[in-house]
Amino acid sequence: MSDATAKTDLQISYVRDQMLPEQAAPAVNRGPIGWMREKLFPSIPQTILTLVCIYVLYLIIPPIIQFFLIDAVWFGEDRAACTTEAQGGVQPPDWFGACWAYVGDYANQFIYGRYPDESQWRVNIVWLMFFGGLVPLLMPSAPFKRENIVFMVLVFPIATLILLTGGNFDVRGLYLPLALVTGLALLVAYGFARGSQSDPMPALKATAIVCASFFVVITLIGFDFGLERVQTSVWGGLLVTMVIAVTGIAASLPIGIALALGRRSDMPIVRFFCVVFIEFWRGVPLITVLFMSSVMLPLFLPEGVTFDKLLRALIGVALFSSAYMAEVVRGGLQALPKGQYEGAMALGLNWGQMMRMIILPQALKLVIPGIVNTFIGLFKDTTLVLIIGLFDFLGQIQSSYSDPSWASPVQSLTGYFFACIVYFLFCFGMSRYSMYMEERLDTSQRN
Amino acid sequence: MAVTDIAPGGPSPHGQEEAPPKVALLNNPKVRSWLFQIVLGVVVAYLVYAGWVNMNANLQAAGVASGFGFLDENAGFSVAQSLIEYDQGTSSYGRVYVVGVLNTLVVAFIGIILATVIGFIVGIARLSNNWIVSRLATAYVEFLRNLPLLLQIFIWYFGVLRLLPGPRESFDFGPLGLLNNRGYFAPKPVWGDGSIVILVALIAGLAIAFGVSRWAHKRQMATGERFPAFWVGFGAIVGLPLLAFVAMGAPLTFDVPEMGGFRPSGGMTVIPEFIALLVALSTYTAAFIAEIVRAGILGISRGQSEAAHALGLRQGQNLRLVIIPQALRIIIPPLTSQYLNLTKNSSLAVAIAYPELTSVFAGTALNQTGQAVEIISITMLTYLTFSLLTSAFMNWYNARVALVER
Repeated sequence: MSDATAKTDLQISYVRDQMLPEQAAPAVNRGPIGWMREKLFPSIPQTILTLVCIYVLYLIIPPIIQFFLIDAVWFGEDRAACTTEAQGGVQPPDWFGACWAYVGDYANQFIYGRYPDESQWRVNIVWLMFFGGLVPLLMPSAPFKRENIVFMVLVFPIATLILLTGGNFDVRGLYLPLALVTGLALLVAYGFARGSQSDPMPALKATAIVCASFFVVITLIGFDFGLERVQTSVWGGLLVTMVIAVTGIAASLPIGIALALGRRSDMPIVRFFCVVFIEFWRGVPLITVLFMSSVMLPLFLPEGVTFDKLLRALIGVALFSSAYMAEVVRGGLQALPKGQYEGAMALGLNWGQMMRMIILPQALKLVIPGIVNTFIGLFKDTTLVLIIGLFDFLGQIQSSYSDPSWASPVQSLTGYFFACIVYFLFCFGMSRYSMYMEERLDTSQRN
Repeated sequence: MAVTDIAPGGPSPHGQEEAPPKVALLNNPKVRSWLFQIVLGVVVAYLVYAGWVNMNANLQAAGVASGFGFLDENAGFSVAQSLIEYDQGTSSYGRVYVVGVLNTLVVAFIGIILATVIGFIVGIARLSNNWIVSRLATAYVEFLRNLPLLLQIFIWYFGVLRLLPGPRESFDFGPLGLLNNRGYFAPKPVWGDGSIVILVALIAGLAIAFGVSRWAHKRQMATGERFPAFWVGFGAIVGLPLLAFVAMGAPLTFDVPEMGGFRPSGGMTVIPEFIALLVALSTYTAAFIAEIVRAGILGISRGQSEAAHALGLRQGQNLRLVIIPQALRIIIPPLTSQYLNLTKNSSLAVAIAYPELTSVFAGTALNQTGQAVEIISITMLTYLTFSLLTSAFMNWYNARVALVER
C-alpha cells in the first residue's frame, strides 16, 4: 500500500494519462488510394479478379459506345444512309454503327402502330390523361388524392375506351338486363338491411348510386360523339403495350384480392374454386393461355358472339396475372398477426369492414414489392401477344424489319437496342418507385 | 383465419342459459355462407355447361371432328431436332407430341443447371467486398431482370447468332467443334469396344462415393472426426472410369466435325434455336436466382458467422458448413418457382421455332389439324403436370432441409 502511494506521489507514469489528439489515417488508407486498396486490391486473388473485371469491361463498353454513339447514323432518308457502299449505301466499307435514322423514321409506328394519322390526337389525349393522372397519384405530396383516384378509376377508363375505339357501341340490348339486375340488387339490399334491423336507406342508396352509374356508363359508350371508329386490328406499338399492361394491372388487383380472400375463406366450395383457379393459371405458361384465349375462347361462346382479338388477349392476360396477384396478396394476409383480426372483431366490425379498414390496407402495404414485381412481370409479358399476331411495341419493331426501304445488317441490332432502352426505362422506373414507396410506408415492423 | 364467422349482424355467442337472439334466416352466417356457395357453384356449373354446349355446336358447325383420333394420323412435317426417331413421312401427331415434350425437357433441364450455376456465382458476387465485382453483378441483375425475356431471345437469335459468319467462314475451335450461323457443330463421342467397362466403373465409383459419404457421416456423428469424404468420392467417380478408360486402351474417340463443301460434316449439330433459347433462358433466370441467393445469404444473422469463426472454422468452412446450409432454407422455396418459370418460359421458343412442345404441338400441329380444344388442353395439362411434379419434388427436398423446431 505504501509503495503504491509512494509511486503516485512521484507522479511518474509509464502509461500515458491523457488522450492524444486525433490524427488522420495514413495517406495510403484514405482518399481514393485507400478506397482502391480496400475495395479493389486488398489481396492478390482480389487484384486478379479486379483486373479480369476491368478487362471484361474494356471488351464490352468501348465497342458498344462506338457502335451506338460514335459510328451511329442519326439522320437519313432510307437504307442508303445505313449501308456500306458494297451494300448499296454511302458508308465506308468497314462501317458498322447503329442506324438511329431508321428508328426516327419509324417512331410514329412504334408509338401508334397503324392507327390512322388523322385520329392520333385521340391517342395523344389518352397519353396525356394517363400520365397527367398517374404522376400526381404517385407523388405522395401532391394534393387532391381522392379526386385523382376517382379520375383514374372512373373517368379515365371510360374516356379511354371512347377515345380509342370511337365509342358509339350498340348497347340497346344492355338496358333491360341492367334494369332487372338493379331491381334484384335493390331487393337484396333491402332484405339484408331489414334482416339486421338497421335502417335500410343507406344500403338502398348505395345500390341505387352504383346501378345509376352503370346506366350512365352504358349510355356514354353508346353515345355518338362523332368520332370515327378505329378497329383494334390497326392499333399497335406502345399503345397496345400500355393498353394490355394497364388493363391487366387494373383487372388483376381486384380479382387477385378477391381470389386471395377466397382462398383463405372458411367456405369449402369457395376455397376449392379459388385454389383450383390459382393453381391452374400459375401452372401453365402465358403463351398457352394466349393460345387458348385466341383459338379456344371463341368456341365456348354462343354462335354470333365474337370477341375482338385484342379483347380476348386482354381477358387471358387479366386471368393469368390475377392468379399471380392472388398469391402475392395471400402472402400479405398470412403475414398479418392474428391480433389484427381479433382486434377488428372485438370492435364489432363486420367482415367487409374488417377487410376494408384493418386487414387489407396493412396486408397490401406489406406486399408492395411483390405487387410491383407482378406489375413488372406483366409489363414484360405483354410482349408475348406478338405470338398470337397482335402488334405490341416489340411486335411493331419486329415487323418493321420486313420493310425493304430500311433493310440493312445493322437494322435489327438498332431496333432491339431501342426496345431495350424503352422496356428498361419502364421496368427499372417501376422497381425504383416500389423501393421508394416501401421505404416511405415502412412502419418499422420489420427489422 | 377464422374470419368468415363474423358476418354482418351475425349473432354473438351468449351464455348457454340465455336463449339465442332471434335472427332472420338471411342473417344467420351459416345459412348465408351456404347460400352464397350454392349460388357460386350453380353459376360456375352453368358457365361450364354453357361453354360445353356452345363448343359442341361450334365444332359441329365448323365440321371439325372432336376426339383424340388425330394423334394417330401422320403429321407430315419435319422437326429440326428430335431425341427419338422421327420421320416426316410416317410419324404421327402423337409422336410429335412426345418429341416436343422431350425437347422442352432437354432445354429446361440444361437451362436449370446453367441458371443455377450462373445465379449462385452472380448472387455471391453481388455480396463481394470487391467494388467492381459487386457493381458488375448488380448491373447484370438489373439489366437482365428488367428486359422482357422474349426480347432477349430475339436478341440472341436474330441479333447475335444470325450475325455469325456462314458455314464457310465458321469459327473453328479445333477439337471443340465449329460455330457458325447454322449452329454449333460439336464433337460427337464414338464408343468403341469395351466402353461398357467405363460405364461399369462409373457406376462402381458412384456407389463407392455414396458408401464413403454415409460411413464418414456416421463416423462424424459418433466420434466427431471429419473425413475428407468429398475428395475420396470425387476420386472414385472420376478416377475409376479414367482407370478403366486407360486399361481398355482408350475405346472412346470423338468424331470432330470438319468443314465440308457446303456445311460441316460429322459431329453433332446443336441448332441455333436451341442455343439462343438456352442462353436467353438461363441468363434471364440466373438474374432472379442471384437475387434469391443474395437474400438468402443476407438472411443469415451475422452471429452465425461470428460463432463459426470463434469456433475456429476457416472462411471456406464457415460458408460451406454454416452459412450455405442455413441459407438454403430461405433459398429453396423461391428457387423452385424460378425452376418452374424457366420450364414454362421455354414455351417462348415458339417465337423462334425451336421445336418444343408449344411450338410443334400447339403451333404447327394445331394449325394443321384444327383440333384446338384437344391440343390446347393436352398442352396445358402437360405443363401443369411438370409444374406439380417439380413443386412436389422441391417441397420434399425443402422438407428435408427445413429447420426442425421442437
